[in-house]
Amino acid sequence: MVRHQPQESKKRSDAAPRSGGGFDRRHFLAGTATSALLPLAFEAAGVRAAAADISPTPTEVPGRSLELLVNGRSHRLTLDHRTTLLDALREHLGLMGVKKGCDHGQCGACTVHLDGRSTLSCLTLAAVAVGREVTTIEGLAQADGTLHPVQQAFIDHDAFQCGYCTPGQIMSAVACIEGGHADRDAEIREYMSGNLCRCAAYPNIVAAVRAAKSQLRS
Amino acid sequence: MRPFAYERADSPETARAAAGAGGATSSFLAGGTTLIDLMKLDVMRPQRVIDINGIGETQIDLADDRLRLGASVRMTDAERHADLRRRLPMLTQSLALAASTQIRNMATLGGNVLQRTRCPYFRDVSWSACNKRAPGSGCAALDGFNRQHAVLGTSEACIATYPGDFAQALIALDATVEILGRAGRRQIPFSELHVQPGQTPDVETTLAPGELILGFAMPVEPWFSRSLYLKIRDRQSYEFALASAAVALDLAGGAIRQARIALGGVATVPWRAREAEQALIGRAADEATFQLAADIAFSEARPLRHNAFKPALGRQTVVRALLQAAAMET
Repeated sequence: MVRHQPQESKKRSDAAPRSGGGFDRRHFLAGTATSALLPLAFEAAGVRAAAADISPTPTEVPGRSLELLVNGRSHRLTLDHRTTLLDALREHLGLMGVKKGCDHGQCGACTVHLDGRSTLSCLTLAAVAVGREVTTIEGLAQADGTLHPVQQAFIDHDAFQCGYCTPGQIMSAVACIEGGHADRDAEIREYMSGNLCRCAAYPNIVAAVRAAKSQLRS
Repeated sequence: MRPFAYERADSPETARAAAGAGGATSSFLAGGTTLIDLMKLDVMRPQRVIDINGIGETQIDLADDRLRLGASVRMTDAERHADLRRRLPMLTQSLALAASTQIRNMATLGGNVLQRTRCPYFRDVSWSACNKRAPGSGCAALDGFNRQHAVLGTSEACIATYPGDFAQALIALDATVEILGRAGRRQIPFSELHVQPGQTPDVETTLAPGELILGFAMPVEPWFSRSLYLKIRDRQSYEFALASAAVALDLAGGAIRQARIALGGVATVPWRAREAEQALIGRAADEATFQLAADIAFSEARPLRHNAFKPALGRQTVVRALLQAAAMET
């Protein structure tokens, strides 16, 4: 893959609405990491050189100009063919709500909607998403900041601990309810079995989905 | 991931032509759930990726006595088809139990039957010995941790399990595969699509390079409504089969007129237990009969160090599946 520096603060994008105020957690962490980890840069370079012997990374990467429709807005990007939708969303559009967990389609943290269907963005090339409608966790809330009923239900039911899997859980939960697969707890559990939660918040996640479903139906 | 040339095909014909051109190794990209995963792992290294999303057949045509499924139908779309669920429960269950919702939303039927094995020695390139990945290099699984590996259709060169579920339904239902090749369209029985590893485990199907699956067709008998897919695994959902059985029973007054049995999770290819089926014909649909069929189905099983439980688990899976099918109200 194209190697991106982990300096998310430089990837500011108008696509990613920021909360108000002059401080947020991500910028604080990114700044701290940059200054604290400088001495490790040489080691990291050594590791990359060793990795290159196994899986050579080309020096010239053919770029491809493409247009992605994300959360109702169109974005033109120039991307390596190999860029997944996950990396395009995070590294090029700054949509950090989409999480990279396993990067192999096993954990569900990267779940987004593609034309309304829950999809693993880590196993989808960005090029494949051209001409299709991408929705991420950032696209669920209303313009005035009112949370989607599923987002609110996750808060009300304490449906997470560390929160890393939560955006993917919520994207799956929205599709679960909209598709009519949330009538019974067992059905919710089966539908959402592709979203792993290492904190094991499953009982509260099921309760949140059940509650959100009732609210959306009423 | 290694670099590749990417192109989007605008028809099955242009996709096939692109895949056959220039001598470069090509892969078709549909759902991507196997291909992108294995490209990231450096197991698959296509020089050209031909995107076939948006082309190909997406129809499900269910007539009185026939079914045709387009290869570009997504798994969830087929499994939620109400008439299919009623008339071919084995088929829709095999799809619904196959993987997570997201993966089934993405994966196409055509791509699903070509899913690659989950053998960890195949998927991890730091193991040098894998005859499937690197012909002639040996098989690390033979003396390795082989709990999930096959007991039927194995060879001394490869014991990798065929991982899919839908293929068991297709082989049990006598499906045919329609293929677009260099000379145009051709049809083969689904049972002739996959080949056992023998001495060439790298050859997994009878598809020529660049050939594209267009769809699947099968006869639909009234008695297929008495069918099911039973999948036994380490966890209740989102897991590969340790053993599975696709079964259908044609009953008349408590006796068996016809039967279909296919096995998953235990064989190197989608596995039809034809001799076990034959043994059922004319007998009473009871546990003793089903045990007899199960014994026949696994009579040639060759277990290894860690998968010695599989013949017993497989037999019990067959018996339970047949008992459940016999008890179905159709």
